[in-house]
Amino acid sequence: MAATGYPIRRATPGEMGGMLLAAAAVLPLLMIAGMTSDSGYAFHASLSAAAATASIFLIANRCFRPGQVPAPLEIDGRPNYNMEPVKFATVAAMVWGIAGFAIGVIIASQLAFPDLNFDLPWVNFGRLRPLHTSAVIFAFGGNVLIGTSFYVVQRTCRARLAGDLSPWFVILGYNFFIVIAGTGYLLGITDGKEYAEPEWYADLWLTLVWVVYLLVFLGTLARRKEPHIYVANWFYLGFILTIAVLHVGNNLAVPVSVLSPKSYGLWSGVQDAMFQWWYGHNAVGFFLTAGFLAIMYYFVPKRAERPIYSYRLSIIHFWALIFLYIWAGPHHLHYTALPDWAQTLGMTFSIMLWMPSWGGMINGMMTLSGAWDKLRTDPVLRMMVVSLAFYGMSTFEGPLMSIKAVNSLSHYTDWTIGHVHSGALGWVAYISFGAIYCLVPWLWNRKGLYSLKLVNWHFWVSTLGIVLYISAMWVSGIMQGLMWRAYTSLGFLEYSFIETVAAMKPYYVIRAMGGVLFLTGALIMAFNLWMTVRRGAEDVPQRDLTPQPQLVPAE
Amino acid sequence: MTAMTTSTYAWLAHFAQSTGVLYFMGIFLAVCIYAFWPSNRARFEEAARTPLRED
Repeated sequence: MAATGYPIRRATPGEMGGMLLAAAAVLPLLMIAGMTSDSGYAFHASLSAAAATASIFLIANRCFRPGQVPAPLEIDGRPNYNMEPVKFATVAAMVWGIAGFAIGVIIASQLAFPDLNFDLPWVNFGRLRPLHTSAVIFAFGGNVLIGTSFYVVQRTCRARLAGDLSPWFVILGYNFFIVIAGTGYLLGITDGKEYAEPEWYADLWLTLVWVVYLLVFLGTLARRKEPHIYVANWFYLGFILTIAVLHVGNNLAVPVSVLSPKSYGLWSGVQDAMFQWWYGHNAVGFFLTAGFLAIMYYFVPKRAERPIYSYRLSIIHFWALIFLYIWAGPHHLHYTALPDWAQTLGMTFSIMLWMPSWGGMINGMMTLSGAWDKLRTDPVLRMMVVSLAFYGMSTFEGPLMSIKAVNSLSHYTDWTIGHVHSGALGWVAYISFGAIYCLVPWLWNRKGLYSLKLVNWHFWVSTLGIVLYISAMWVSGIMQGLMWRAYTSLGFLEYSFIETVAAMKPYYVIRAMGGVLFLTGALIMAFNLWMTVRRGAEDVPQRDLTPQPQLVPAE
Repeated sequence: MTAMTTSTYAWLAHFAQSTGVLYFMGIFLAVCIYAFWPSNRARFEEAARTPLRED
């Protein structure tokens, strides 16, 4: 063929397959959209048809771009890393994070000032609450986990990410799942299972995305140049595998029809409750813990420029954590119809979990031994170390609350909410912020962050927010629990339910203010990252990045 | 029927309490032996430096 000036190439078999599959999906999706009587479901089917059409164009567009396909695994003997999907996930994490924190502020304010529900179904607390939890856990946390896992597995294996289209399928497919799930909650589509609210079709889609994620991760591990699989990858793999099992197990359901968003779960009664909390607690254990510990095992040593304190402890940490966590779920069902022995089992394993949790925390913190001065000069490292402190605190509080006697006071109260947020804001969000602050300059080839001073502001503003949040919830929760169980001398309940609600109002206001501070911190971060990509580091020399002769502190 | 359920319960509880302990202790010991095996030391120390090696 004569040179046309357009560097068009033939599509690879993978690209052809992708386009054909997407094209084949369009018509059935449009038919479902036209035939269903549920408007929310019709919206989702149309959205999926639009996404399938868009993906045909996105794939076809690749054929017009210059460059060798599939991309070479190595260039000049060095691995040719595939960092574009990681960039997308990093930006998505920041966007979803701010959205999720903002919705958190809204629902916290709704609890204090119920008028903010505006009597509208789409924005009432019941629909916004799962939107908040899914946005922060699955949208923010999930993008951080997928993004960092793709980064870390490549760097520690010294190999290019496996697959050509599949890493993009994982990232875009996952974010599409988030859109379907989130818009579904607002439209009233939910199966009502906490942290697993999406309906059957969204669950099936996520299963597909997740299997490809696992294959991409395993494929990259198989390509590794390093003889040993670095421990962070063990934690990522544990997270990916277990989440697959949990997601499928808890969401087994029979749809009413292919034209209906409604489905009925396979489990019923107490078995359903047990399945739900086996899922729910291991979402904490493997999504919010194992995955973020993987981040800790890569980013803390990297930022501190020291190897992990004890690699042998990290091995014991890994196996102990995954073997114990999976049994802890029943502590969510104390004093219910669940058999007593199962409750005791859940409690016992929860208490045993304290050991591996603290082993991991100590391993991360002691990595800084001999380099504690970096905490003073590097606010990013400080953020990650404080996240470990919060991890230690909430993994001490968790086993405590799983003890039946304590649980009889804490369960169903705000104490639980406070506990969850000390883990979610203090541990998960802070280690994620630390990782993103590291990643952005690395990914966009900047010398450093735009401003370390702004990181400092972020750190202090959001730490103050967390302290306001969790201390308000401790006071409110324990007060609530004590008021519920207070009896008069005649044996009547001392307080009506509404009296407990009225007593909690000031703490709800304090909690909302804490949330505002945390959101403000995230906005400062987003500005800092935006400027980092736009302009790079400020002229001020960055002490943390260039090794300089160390001054001896005068003490 | 009730009696059978009770005996199943007793059997399960006994099984969990005895075999479970052995199972978890066994795994824990195996992991500790693997982690502290002297000839693995050099390998682990090398692995710990993986994130710090630049390419």
